[in-house]
Amino acid sequence: MQIVFDHINYIYSSGTAYERHALKDINFSIQKGEFIGLIGHTGSGKSTLVQHMNGLVKATSGHIYFNGEDIYDSRYKLHDLRSKVGLVFQYPEHQLFETTVFNDVIFGPKNLGIDKLGAELRAYEALKKVGIGDDLLDASPFELSGGQKRRVAIAGVLAMKPEVLILDEPTAGLDPRGRDDILDQIKSLHEESGITIILVTHSMEDIANYADRLFVMNHGELIMNQSTKKVFARYKELEEMDLAAPQVTYVMNALKENGFQVPTDVTTVTEAKDEILKLFHR
Amino acid sequence: MIRDITIGQYYPTDSILHRLDPRVKLIGTLLFIVSLFLFHSFLGYIAVTIFLFSIIKISKVPFRFIIRGMKAILILLLFTVFFNLFLTPGETIFKLGFINITKEGIKSAGFMAIRLTYLILGSSLMTFTTTPNQLTDGLEKLMRPLNRIKVPVHEIAMMMSIALRFIPILLEETDKIMKAQMARGADFESGGILKRAKSLIPLLIPLFVSAFRRANDLAMAMEARCYRGGDGRTKMKPLKYSGRDFAAYLVLCAYVVAVISMRMLEKRIG
Ligand SMILES: Nc1ncnc2c1ncn2[C@@H]1O[C@H](COP(=O)(O)OP(=O)(O)OP(=O)(O)O)[C@@H](O)[C@H]1O
Ligand SMILES: [Mg+2]
Repeated sequence: MQIVFDHINYIYSSGTAYERHALKDINFSIQKGEFIGLIGHTGSGKSTLVQHMNGLVKATSGHIYFNGEDIYDSRYKLHDLRSKVGLVFQYPEHQLFETTVFNDVIFGPKNLGIDKLGAELRAYEALKKVGIGDDLLDASPFELSGGQKRRVAIAGVLAMKPEVLILDEPTAGLDPRGRDDILDQIKSLHEESGITIILVTHSMEDIANYADRLFVMNHGELIMNQSTKKVFARYKELEEMDLAAPQVTYVMNALKENGFQVPTDVTTVTEAKDEILKLFHR
Repeated sequence: MIRDITIGQYYPTDSILHRLDPRVKLIGTLLFIVSLFLFHSFLGYIAVTIFLFSIIKISKVPFRFIIRGMKAILILLLFTVFFNLFLTPGETIFKLGFINITKEGIKSAGFMAIRLTYLILGSSLMTFTTTPNQLTDGLEKLMRPLNRIKVPVHEIAMMMSIALRFIPILLEETDKIMKAQMARGADFESGGILKRAKSLIPLLIPLFVSAFRRANDLAMAMEARCYRGGDGRTKMKPLKYSGRDFAAYLVLCAYVVAVISMRMLEKRIG
């Protein structure tokens, strides 16, 4: 078990008029190499939850274990944890600060104490992975478009070569092509190097395409923790939480209601295509 | 982290103080601050203390919350006390090497501590009970006569309210960027002064960039909604005195009378 949350509670501005119980008794465990999707309505506590995973936010009560060690233990080195658990923030482009794109990506590896050459190599690789071409390496990060900035920011975390990569809405505000590019990169990273991925998103389609298991948050509580298919089969409950199933799931349900013999636990377009074709070949 | 600084914040509850007209509170705070500097003996501060703590009680702002705000200025307070204690010339009562504590030093350090603490308590009580918008509305109205001598009162008030509005936003932003850089292994806490100052670069640059971006966006949004300065502008909620405001003015008058008589008493005794 790589990450374990044990009765985690978190209260913002505890003891003031702005007090807010953002996480309520969260329990789960994540194995090495999983691809987890995290969904929930806005303000349900997703960002707060992922910020616990690398110790940026300390839980009001409860314990978190990383590779079997309690991260709140006084002897535990949080700096090490942050090198192993990479977190790409929501709107990460706001954290760029260096004079050039390349220097900005080097920031992370340099903080890990990696020598100059090694850090440059990692930065170069990471920028290639997110699809930033050589022509942009020396550009100022502030001159880039929103989507390009996003990629640079993601590269900044990738260059740290984390064991767990958490992405908080990495595709919000990107064009469809850019979105697919980034998600495909993440997927191949997951398959090739076997790192654990936790993806926060509002796109049910994305999550159906990539995640094996889903966490569903609702008003600070972890309501569901099941395989993607099982979660989307409960789409009526999801709708009550201002969420939904992917469009194709609705299509398949409608087909079934109209007398076509198709399975309803379909979540991706490819699967749906296969099932519908099967119907015609029968 | 940074959000825990409570000084200058608004504390939303429902108390008489919250409902008072901001002009009353502004004038009251001003009078209170002046009264702090009237006395030269500790006796005089009795009236001030009673007044301050009854106002705190009425405001319904938890004492814990107020104290938390005071923590932020503790360093400033200690500095002032320290300097007054060691650098006031006069009758020596304790000497050790170059350290020289005088009777006058102790006295002026004590006064400074009381004045500063009360000054901050009093003025933060005003911000705890008044929203930034009310505050600037009140200021604008009070300074209105200055318009005659070509002081751009409305513009100044607008700038103030925007600045006040931006403080919590910038604090939140600082918190966010700090976290994002910490996630990339940045370390803001260890190392010598030089290293620490250098480690602030990844925080300050994005913060400035975003502040300018926000300012630009806001200017654009205001223009898009046809903002063109103060001339002929009306208010959605015009300030109007009500019964309780006059009552509050009466209380203020009573306070002024009490303070002045304490001062006279003090003169007679001392
Ligand atoms: N810094 C903060 N201080 C106080 N309250 C906060 C802070 N950040 C978030 N909250 C509150 O905590 C709750 C959870 O916020 P969080 O950002 O985790 O939601 P989210 O699920 O990530 O939402 P979104 O989908 O909009 O990103 C919200 O109600 C929010 O108002
Ligand atoms: Mg979020």
